[in-house]
Amino acid sequence: MRIATIFHLGTKELRGLMRDPILIGLIVYAFSVAVYAQTRAMPDALNKAPIALVDEDNSPLSRRIGDAFLKPYFQPPEIITADEMDKRMDAGIDTFALDIPPSFQSDLLAGKNPVIQLNVDATRMTQAFSGSGYVQTIIAEEVAGFAADSGVGTAPTVDLALRARFNAGLNQTWFAAVMAVINNVTMLSIILAGTALIREREHGTVEHLLVMPVTPAEIMLAKVWSMGLVVFIATWLSLVIMVQHVLQVPIEGSLALFMAGAALHLLATTAMGIALATLAGSMPQFGLLLMLVLLPLQMLSGSTTPRDSMPEVIQMIMLAAPNTHFVTMAQAILYRSAGFSVVWPQFLWLAVIATILFSLSLASFRRSLR
Amino acid sequence: MDLSPRTTPVARLKAVSHAYGKQTALDDITLDIPRGRMIGFIGPDGVGKSSLLSLIAGARRIQKGEVTVLDGDMRASAHRRRVCPSIAYMPQGLGRNLYPTLSVSENVDFFGGLFGQSRAERTSRIRTLLTRTGLLPFADRPAGKLSGGMKQKLGLCCALIHDPDLLILDEPTTGVDPLSRRQFWDLIGDIQRERPNMTVVVATAYMEEAARFDWLAAMDAGRLLATGSPAEILAQTETTTLDDAFIALLPEQRRAAHHRVEHLPPLAQTDGFAIEAENLTMRFGDFTAVDHASFKIRRGEIFGFLGSNGCGKSTTMKMLTGLLQPSEGEAKLFGRTVDPHDLEVRRRVGYMSQSFSLYNELTVRQNLVLHAQLFRIPNADIPGRIEDMARRFQLLELMDALPDSLPLGIRQRLSLAVALVHGPEMLILDEPTSGVDPIARDQLWTELIALSRQDGVTIFISTHFMNEAERCDRVSLMHAGHVLVSDTPDAIRESRGAETLEAAFIGYLEDAIGPTGQTQMAPDKAAQTTESAETFAAIKPRPGFDLRRLLSYSAREALEVRRDPIRATLALIGSVILMFVIGYGINMDVNAITFAVLDRDDTVTSRDYVADIAGSRYFTERPPLEDYADIDRRMRNGTLKLAVEIPSGFAQNVARGRDVAIGAWIDGAMPQHAETIRGYVQGMHKAWLGRKAQEIYGKAASGQFTVETRFRYNPGIESLVAMVPAVIPLLLLLIPSMLTALSVVREKELGSIVNLYVTPVTRLEFLLGKQLPYLAIGMANAALLWLFAVFVFQVPFTGSLVAFTVAALLYVFFSTAFGLLVSTFMSSQIAAIFGTTLMTIIPAVQFSGMIDPVSSLQGLGAVVGEIFPTTYFNIISRGTFSKGLALDDLQASLLPLLVAGPLLLLVSAFFLKKQAR
Repeated sequence: MRIATIFHLGTKELRGLMRDPILIGLIVYAFSVAVYAQTRAMPDALNKAPIALVDEDNSPLSRRIGDAFLKPYFQPPEIITADEMDKRMDAGIDTFALDIPPSFQSDLLAGKNPVIQLNVDATRMTQAFSGSGYVQTIIAEEVAGFAADSGVGTAPTVDLALRARFNAGLNQTWFAAVMAVINNVTMLSIILAGTALIREREHGTVEHLLVMPVTPAEIMLAKVWSMGLVVFIATWLSLVIMVQHVLQVPIEGSLALFMAGAALHLLATTAMGIALATLAGSMPQFGLLLMLVLLPLQMLSGSTTPRDSMPEVIQMIMLAAPNTHFVTMAQAILYRSAGFSVVWPQFLWLAVIATILFSLSLASFRRSLR
Repeated sequence: MDLSPRTTPVARLKAVSHAYGKQTALDDITLDIPRGRMIGFIGPDGVGKSSLLSLIAGARRIQKGEVTVLDGDMRASAHRRRVCPSIAYMPQGLGRNLYPTLSVSENVDFFGGLFGQSRAERTSRIRTLLTRTGLLPFADRPAGKLSGGMKQKLGLCCALIHDPDLLILDEPTTGVDPLSRRQFWDLIGDIQRERPNMTVVVATAYMEEAARFDWLAAMDAGRLLATGSPAEILAQTETTTLDDAFIALLPEQRRAAHHRVEHLPPLAQTDGFAIEAENLTMRFGDFTAVDHASFKIRRGEIFGFLGSNGCGKSTTMKMLTGLLQPSEGEAKLFGRTVDPHDLEVRRRVGYMSQSFSLYNELTVRQNLVLHAQLFRIPNADIPGRIEDMARRFQLLELMDALPDSLPLGIRQRLSLAVALVHGPEMLILDEPTSGVDPIARDQLWTELIALSRQDGVTIFISTHFMNEAERCDRVSLMHAGHVLVSDTPDAIRESRGAETLEAAFIGYLEDAIGPTGQTQMAPDKAAQTTESAETFAAIKPRPGFDLRRLLSYSAREALEVRRDPIRATLALIGSVILMFVIGYGINMDVNAITFAVLDRDDTVTSRDYVADIAGSRYFTERPPLEDYADIDRRMRNGTLKLAVEIPSGFAQNVARGRDVAIGAWIDGAMPQHAETIRGYVQGMHKAWLGRKAQEIYGKAASGQFTVETRFRYNPGIESLVAMVPAVIPLLLLLIPSMLTALSVVREKELGSIVNLYVTPVTRLEFLLGKQLPYLAIGMANAALLWLFAVFVFQVPFTGSLVAFTVAALLYVFFSTAFGLLVSTFMSSQIAAIFGTTLMTIIPAVQFSGMIDPVSSLQGLGAVVGEIFPTTYFNIISRGTFSKGLALDDLQASLLPLLVAGPLLLLVSAFFLKKQAR
């Protein structure tokens, strides 16, 4: 193992990258425009939810309820008839349809405990859950307000002072921005390291390297450091320029600690890229393998939906993926400003996974050269 | 076809210039090329021969000047379309326009299809051509596994399938062994005799070949030096051989650089052997590439290695360098057994492989520097060393050029410079002079001789040039893995009683394989087969859209998929695996939320409140909290998602109807998650209040109501039922688009895109033809996913299967067209893979309603979501699975799908170039 050789070979990789302006353009796009679009597109959990109102009561109370659904949480309710309701929900126009029965107000005042029907399109999972809770709260508040105005006795007022910590506004962009960057890190490092190796093989240059005093480990390490460095710098710039500056996401924790974790993560993902490249015989095969690996990595690491709600088996399997720990670590450091004393298990996990992936891919690289 | 008299030129060039960036390739060329003859373009490497030929073939866009071919202006695309069935073009490089995974007959068949020939016609023609070239016994062998000579013959078959009037061959015999070369020219000669109107235009670096041509054009530095018959050129220059004539034609200063190669001084007695091979054997499966080869090479010796293409020369060299582990036998370098891990020996050896294997992304200088660094030359010595190499191999002006832009001959010189940069004691050179012009070749040999005799460097070199073999101390002839003979050139000549070394070798080879006449056909039989081919000649390819050409590309692409079963399998199995993983893994239910309570009241009422939360299936209680610091610590490390604080005096205040407040903190790190938790807590709080109110005011308390929530389409709110129909559109975008994403850019990178340039196939036929096989795979994918969704995941399918199928077909058409579009724009495979990944995953996962409904998105994402077809297929998939919808209900969503695919395809066709620049 010779440091100079690794350095020179890595410099070669960087020079090669410079020669592909389209590729550089794509990298820049991924870390700027793509991050911005993903972040800005993300609605707060309930944003402009389409709701329709079937008002069979048409009383002051029912109108009061209808007026209470406000932007940005809800789109102004469409007043529709009971017949239209099914059709609109079938077509996917409304996520919620609220049916206020005839004489709702009078029944309420008479203490007859009337029933409001709330229809929810359950195929829209995200809105269905949090949204139905919102709808119920809004109705309850309006009814309580109405009851108080009419001087009817109500239940004791126990206030629930709910506060969200670390992200008081439950601002979705905070989360989305960092997760978009993290997904880019994984995607790019696997692609760059893997394709760099396949290109050498398809152009016959690996063979050329092996008649020189260069070992497979040196070839691999050169790709790991050079491609890792590219992604590392892109990540840092993206966090500082895009996330902090343009998107105005306050980063609470230590950026340095996060970048240290990112470096460890990159070690693991670049090694994974090389392992995939040795498995794939050609670029077309690599492209498909990439999809097979990348999609679960991104969707099940906890960056799209919370890990806690995944089945146990999947949670266990995903422990072997570097992403899982990187995402957990990123959330802890960047949002909860956790220090090393809190996230050291994630660092340990990443180090172990990186070591294993690196040894595996080195072995499989050596085998592929036979 | 050809009615014009033989005297009108087949091609006229008027003031043609061509430049690549700042580099001038052709400089004001005016030339008439006579019809019905054998035309040769000769000249050193990089003088513009290839550019000129590609302009005549119509493969390259004309920058300046006029090119008239077969009586029409080649700038007009209508004319190009009209004449391209009459032109055949074989680009430089061994089998560069062939498809390596396709067999010999499949390759020829593909070209026949491009010229619109019927199956019967193709079968008959393929038989004739393969018989004549002697390739018939290898009809089923993949083109990639052919030897160089056979590849060139196959290329010729592909070029001749449509009876061209103008056959353009760019260095067709470079890197081809003498025997195959002779067969190749005999074949061309025969064909030309049968079709006297056919013009053959050839660029070549072999002067002895050029001597057989009817008419020559000598070029240098993008200009014409002389034209005329070989005899005229000899007379003009007052020389006896074309080699000499060529050198005489060069400008003064170029000529000055040339020295005749000195005769080899005798080898001084040296001690020991540099290379010893003992029964070296290499087997690849059943095939024995090298069979017990033995030889010993002394230090400082120049050892020539000859033999036909594919006889095992390169394999032997690779075993010597340690790149291949011999199956049997032993090789020693400098007395030490070759050990792939011995880095010390590698530093003493310089190796140059047959195919160019330097970095195209580095400049000439950067390549040299990198290799010097890797060979551990001290940094201070590197600039001097590079300077020296560049001067020796005339690379000084090209130091900042990229190897890709250099002609073959100059790239070979660079490879050699790289092999020598560390001053090795031994050189292993695999055909270093293939494609190099005579002058450069002589310079190179002068260098080699100096290295051997002055510096004592051992040189092990393979070549196809007999005059080079003559210069070696000893030569070996190899055939089919065996070393036939190994001796000094003189001794070999004498042993056969032959006049030339070439004759002696052909004698040895014929002994080994039987007479070469075997591949030639008896004259009467040849006439017969040509006749049968003639009967088809009247059919000319139709202009406009032609299904046969399209299907020819489809068949080719399908064959390639079949030859690479891993890819198709990955596509099918992979999508099912992904469906499992994502279907089970993505779960919108939030449960098992960890919470803990700081209960400062600790009464029945407060415990009752907590019990409500703890009893819910959504929450899991953790040990109670002690103080605020505890809350802080446990929320920061992520073990608590919810903390509840109940103030002291809570029960009392509630009972007296006083206002009290319960404090609750939610972990907001995942906002969506937090929102859901908030909804749960609020709901539970309201329910508890309602119960309390009833306890206090009794049943009749007014102001009470119930909200009855009905989750429709998915009553159990099962994530699986919601997710699986949304996963199908995602997978049917990612996999098919990745399948097509490399199909065009790969042809660009590997060179076969030239077939689009010079055959009658239109851009739309080319793209659509490529798309069809992947459309089929995509539909198989869709069917498989549907079956798994319904039967394995048990997601009820309630709507119209017809609607789903129609939508899937339109959608897969879109996703494959999307891949083609990316492929058309990108310049490298890497960029295509990255671009496809980037432009499919994010929009499909985030902007297409898979997780958040499109109507709730904002900004750019909302715009993308509105126009991205995945959105509409998502609506259809969910509609047909969960909502029981039929074709009529889904028209609004089908329309965008109907438009998207064809639109993308047309855009790709618009941006795809039908000519190189």
